[in-house]
Amino acid sequence: MGMVFRQGQRRHPRSGERYSALALLRHGLTGADWPKVWRQHDLAPSYDAVVIGGGVHGLAAAYYLAANHGRRNIAVLERGYLGSGGSGRNTAIIRSNYLTPEGVRFYDRSLKLYETLAADLNFNVMFSQRGHLTLAHSDSALRTMRWRAEVNKLEGVDSRVIGPSEIAALVPRMDVSAGVRFPILGALYHPPGGIIRHDAVVWGYARAADALGVHLHQETEVTGIDVAGGRVRGVRTNRGSIATPVVVNCTAGWSTQISDMAGVRLPITTLPLQAAVTEPVRPFLDTVVVSGTLHVYVSQTDRGELVFGASVDPFPSYSQRGSLEFTEGVAAHVLELMPSLAGLRVLRQWSGLCDMTPDYSPVMGETPVEGFYLDVGWGTYGFKAGPVAGETMAELIATGKTPELIAGFDLARFTEGRLVGERGAAAVGH
Amino acid sequence: MILLPCPHCGPRDAAEFSHHGEPAQRPDPDAVSPEQWRSYLYLQRNPAGWTTETWLHRAGCGRYLTVQRNTSTNEVREVAR
Repeated sequence: MGMVFRQGQRRHPRSGERYSALALLRHGLTGADWPKVWRQHDLAPSYDAVVIGGGVHGLAAAYYLAANHGRRNIAVLERGYLGSGGSGRNTAIIRSNYLTPEGVRFYDRSLKLYETLAADLNFNVMFSQRGHLTLAHSDSALRTMRWRAEVNKLEGVDSRVIGPSEIAALVPRMDVSAGVRFPILGALYHPPGGIIRHDAVVWGYARAADALGVHLHQETEVTGIDVAGGRVRGVRTNRGSIATPVVVNCTAGWSTQISDMAGVRLPITTLPLQAAVTEPVRPFLDTVVVSGTLHVYVSQTDRGELVFGASVDPFPSYSQRGSLEFTEGVAAHVLELMPSLAGLRVLRQWSGLCDMTPDYSPVMGETPVEGFYLDVGWGTYGFKAGPVAGETMAELIATGKTPELIAGFDLARFTEGRLVGERGAAAVGH
Repeated sequence: MILLPCPHCGPRDAAEFSHHGEPAQRPDPDAVSPEQWRSYLYLQRNPAGWTTETWLHRAGCGRYLTVQRNTSTNEVREVAR
């Protein structure tokens, strides 16, 4: 039985206690403790499905399996703590102004799910749709922006190309003069884009999945996947073995190692991507600003900090170390855009791992090993795709049919020569 | 970032080099199926740990070098001509 997308549908997870103004008042008056956001369980000897990776992708897949398809006997295995990988390391930007029709449709479904996520999960995820600007500093970049705007319009996504005066009105601090090294010729303006609290998305999905009976296992490292007769039989972990017919690889950074355990080769190279945050200042930046030419993206959080991200490091590595080169580069590029930020101090920097694919699109769906599913290859664009990836992976696992939205992202496309070239909209990480 | 001890130029910042990945045997395009050719193009070992790879000292001597590097720690064990 196929599933129908119901837009804006409110699903209230059955949890111990709903968050509301009334509940806040009650707790304030009585001083009663709030229930734990999710519970801890012993590892069961078997589950109907095991999701590897306790980030937004794994938790969303587990949540939608339970909420949309009534599958409750599910485990999510996380080596560290929930949200300790890419879900807690990205720069929390949400947008759907991609280049290919496949990409636009897919990411726009995710954006729509994000719009109603706080109500659906009964958890404030602080989604702020403040608008998203992708700057063009050259004729060829401007041509790509026009291309993207046309594809976006055809798919019903709000995007348009604007000129320097409109950019200056949106971001008064931006230097739009012609006298700089890379003058700003225009921008792709995407009003529904914005930022979100990424930890809250992880916690919201975790709490809602837990309320529906999903077991969340932290500090549980997968050490092997049992395959016999061409299909998955179980998973081995540092806490014991689990029998299961379904294993979903929802990892980022270690997706190759997990797939190796099932004998499935991937078209993935893992590279670190660094980000940094400044001390908080008074709010002045309403929009998300991205420059592909300068390899930088900037947004201001609700607390007033500026968040900077860049492109991936120049060579593959699993080391999540920061580098001075990144800090120098990102500072120089931000100052080219907004010279008045020269006195601002960087508070901290960090790094996350990005699984890059040859066509800058993910790898989702079935594999030659029956029961072993992939939701990997999320490069620098995985966080914004979390809800739709979870929804479509849950539908695929529950119904056995690949949803139209992800049909083009299958693993076989690489050997069959059907790449989905998304580099024009995704090459600079954000 | 890391230092690579170039046997021609001495220890240099990795930013001077470009990374060319693990050496792979290029199959004969006339003798393989399209699927085998695409597997050669796209599928990666992507190892976590020690690996042998090729780097080009682009902004230095301009030579290709064989480097043994641990991808989990970025430790470099050996750089050969």
